[in-house]
Amino acid sequence: MTRKQQRISAILLVLFGASIAVSLSLMALKENVTYFYYPSDIFEEKKEIPRDKNFRMGGLVVEGSISKSGTITNFVITDTVHTISMSYEGILPDLFREEQGIIATGQLNDDGIFVADTLLAKHDENYMPPEIAKALEKVKRSDKTSP
Amino acid sequence: MFGYANPKRYQALSHYIFIAAAILATLFLSFGLYLALIASPPDYQQSETVRIMYVHVPAAWLSMFIYASMAVAALVLTIWKHTLAGFYIRAAAPIGAAFTAACLISGALWGQPTWGTWWVWDARLTSVLILFFLYLGAIALNNAYDNPDKGNQASAWLVLVGSVNLPIIKFSVEWWNTLHQPASLTSLSKITSPGIHADMLTPLLVMAVGFLCLYSALVILRLDNEILSRKIHVLRLRTING
Repeated sequence: MTRKQQRISAILLVLFGASIAVSLSLMALKENVTYFYYPSDIFEEKKEIPRDKNFRMGGLVVEGSISKSGTITNFVITDTVHTISMSYEGILPDLFREEQGIIATGQLNDDGIFVADTLLAKHDENYMPPEIAKALEKVKRSDKTSP
Repeated sequence: MFGYANPKRYQALSHYIFIAAAILATLFLSFGLYLALIASPPDYQQSETVRIMYVHVPAAWLSMFIYASMAVAALVLTIWKHTLAGFYIRAAAPIGAAFTAACLISGALWGQPTWGTWWVWDARLTSVLILFFLYLGAIALNNAYDNPDKGNQASAWLVLVGSVNLPIIKFSVEWWNTLHQPASLTSLSKITSPGIHADMLTPLLVMAVGFLCLYSALVILRLDNEILSRKIHVLRLRTING
């Protein structure tokens, strides 16, 4: 091998080693890299969820499920397959509304209700002016009503 | 192919590229800022807060583009030993760090009103923070040796190893559940139907081109500086050694 070829193989070796090391550590830390769980993760029990500690749950707020009593807000989130009831006490983020993605930190209580102590709004990757959103909403509604 | 890797020939050409890049950057950034801050509509969900996107997203793109270009330079330096590639790493790293910092800071300012938090340790945010530290590490290694060539080579190795982080940043929002939303433009499903309305996409792209021109102008200035300071270094060594 010429010295140039030696250097190229050294680079390939280093890159290969680094990718293996990083992917192994990411796999080992999967539980920590996953920022939140969906309701299906709880019901299907495919993922190990640390139930004794605080963990994060995410999903869309179900339409018409929000009810308030004092400073406590009760609502239901869904990942379109399973749903979970949530109860949160505190100030709601600006983007909290029906059909909005949210991420809550807390624990499941014995009644299967997720009691959250922090609530973050997750927004989607779509951006558009309000008029377009309204027009889209109209189209969606007329689709629902027409057979 | 490597004709312009000769510093002298490079300098003759770079002057004109610098002037062109500086003029284009001024035009694109002023027009882009007008579009972004005044002419473009508010978002249906976030209203006016969405305007942070026009700085945040180009800064994020540039932070990754600059690192990728440094990785190419690191390859060229390590395999072909072209001195100019080492100068490029030296010149680009602080600018890349600045764009990454701009991305992180504008992201925090955007996260507070929309998500309800300045910072979370999700995969996207954490991997970009690591990118920032990689830049700082490259700068530190560049200056860690008395012999600047040794410093450049050490830095090149760090840049090569750190390039593993680039795909992690890009795909973090697809591989793991994150608070950060997935890509609106640069994913397979979004190329044909972008998630951004045309009225908001145009200012974003104009700003991105402006950022790229600004970077080109800045990196050429710094590269010229590196070449000059290397000449001073060589002259000094000559006078010391008689």
